[in-house]
Amino acid sequence: MRRLVSGIVGLAALLAGCATTNQDNSSRLNLIKNRNELICGVSGKIPGFSFLKSDGSYQGLDVDICKAFAAAIIGDSEKIQYRPLTAAERFTAIKTGEIDILSRNTTFTLSRDSLGGNGLTFAPVVFHDGQGLMVKSESGIDSLRDLANKSICVGSGTTTEQNINDAFESASLPYTPIKYQDLNQVVAGYLQGRCSAMTSDRSQLAAARSGFKNPKEHIILDDVLSKEPLAPASDGQDQKLADAMRWVVFALISAEEQGITKSNIDEKVQIAKNNPQLKPLRRFLGIDGGLGEKIGLSNDFVVKVISSTGNYGEIYERHLGQNSEVPIPRGQNELYKKGGVHISPPFN
Amino acid sequence: MKINQKIFLQFGICIILFGLIGILINNLIINLIRTGLGFNFSWLLKPASFALAEHPLPYTSSDSYTWALIIGWLNSLKVIFSSLILATFLGTLIGFARTGKNALLGLISAGYITIIRQTPLLLQLMFWYFVGFLGLKDNMFIQIKNIFNISNQGVEFSGLNFSSEFLALLMGLSIFTSAYIAEVIRGGILSVPRGQWEAFRSLGLSESKGLIRIIIPQALPAIIPGLTSQYLNLAKNSTLAIAVGYSDIYAINDTIINQTGRAIECFIILLVSFLLLNLLITNIMELINRLILKSRQYS
Repeated sequence: MRRLVSGIVGLAALLAGCATTNQDNSSRLNLIKNRNELICGVSGKIPGFSFLKSDGSYQGLDVDICKAFAAAIIGDSEKIQYRPLTAAERFTAIKTGEIDILSRNTTFTLSRDSLGGNGLTFAPVVFHDGQGLMVKSESGIDSLRDLANKSICVGSGTTTEQNINDAFESASLPYTPIKYQDLNQVVAGYLQGRCSAMTSDRSQLAAARSGFKNPKEHIILDDVLSKEPLAPASDGQDQKLADAMRWVVFALISAEEQGITKSNIDEKVQIAKNNPQLKPLRRFLGIDGGLGEKIGLSNDFVVKVISSTGNYGEIYERHLGQNSEVPIPRGQNELYKKGGVHISPPFN
Repeated sequence: MKINQKIFLQFGICIILFGLIGILINNLIINLIRTGLGFNFSWLLKPASFALAEHPLPYTSSDSYTWALIIGWLNSLKVIFSSLILATFLGTLIGFARTGKNALLGLISAGYITIIRQTPLLLQLMFWYFVGFLGLKDNMFIQIKNIFNISNQGVEFSGLNFSSEFLALLMGLSIFTSAYIAEVIRGGILSVPRGQWEAFRSLGLSESKGLIRIIIPQALPAIIPGLTSQYLNLAKNSTLAIAVGYSDIYAINDTIINQTGRAIECFIILLVSFLLLNLLITNIMELINRLILKSRQYS
């Protein structure tokens, strides 16, 4: 009898617990601060972006973006709980509040950004990518046309699936899509010869190829099927969190524009403190202006971010640079000053 | 405990349960409205804009989401019913071998059941697909041009095409389920009293004739309920198709959720359709069960 009652009470408490989450109308920013931990959704399977290392830590560009957010919001870039998510799970995970922030090579599109669509909001783009096709060099295929009537391995539940369809349909070429749930299966299907080509974002193709036995036997075709601006995302109803995320990403880019790095940040803070005439630098580093407070962060959030992850260029170099495991030329991911597309609005 | 107390307690539990369910549903609706995701099924008529490798009926990417879902269902039903038949056939044979007099056959079938039942289905599907079918080389088998072709793209048999994905799923599901069905059959056969075996033998009937005419009819009432639940499991397990790249209803739903962001609506459609399919299977099996019991009463 007693057991029954305590069982019911326990069940009731459990259900009530489920029922009350998400009913807090204030921003998730406060929730993250109170919890003293950021829950970040990542892939965990893409070398260079987010990859689970043998020592159990996550590494990559997407992971460093999580670290920058944690440093800005909590003040500690290590207070993060990573959630590996599949492409299909990721949006539901944000909408249900299972994760705070999604940093998982997600393409910024209208339907995903709108309240009438997936209901998310995107931070600025952290990596400009494009969808490509990889084939075996011995196959003699060197353009989209050569792939007519062939099978193509593609990951399901992604923009990739739609883009490949658009590309073949607009060229009036028939093809057979073989759809797998995750990239590892796409790779396995392709290597086993089920498909003549595999398609994904070019960065992912390069990352996957770096793990092949003979990377040189595979070529990435010149056809770029789409623009894939990859950006972190959060719940579209939460303007406060979105503001904070937007300006953390801009801070990374702005720091690179100004030549502020992980190693010289303390020096720059000193210079700013000693020289009242350096107004933009003082505002950027939070000595004047109180900019951080306006987006719900501490005024010196830029200092915290740069001293833990470094600026955008440093993050890129660490994970995708020439000496990294997945070298991808910087191309359009350079600063606007150097012919790329990354630019930060002013910190005023 | 007094009767009054009992009634009071049950009444209390009911109130708590309904209250909790009410809170949860209310919470779901409030949150759906809050996040701007109120129920909306109008997307069902919009073009799907994704292609499918397998479609039993004509399909193009400009057809509607509804049509894509129907094609997904047909693909699911195709693999569910063909595995159901193959699994029943295999399971029955193995079940007989397991209970039969031949010691070697008994040992082999026991080994088969043990191995199949102790490994996860997902692993078996991956094995059949990535090792089994994709490992096939073009010239491993004798090819009869235009009649029978086998490669890692699938099997072509006089104009009929079966993809590797379909075949891997068919094999995986049938073999996995057959091991369970074999045990159900064995249980049914063993439920028939030993005396019945001795009786037909003393009447001079052969082993196989006795098994079919005397033992099986008596074992069926014990077999059907177990068989029903294996069929239901098979139908539900078919959603693992997504692991081997087969475009079943679940895989197509997955794509649709990602394109439209309508996760809850899609899951409702999926839940209702599986509920209906499984109710159909249960009812058919129930009908068969009743017919068997009836025929036994008259005989």
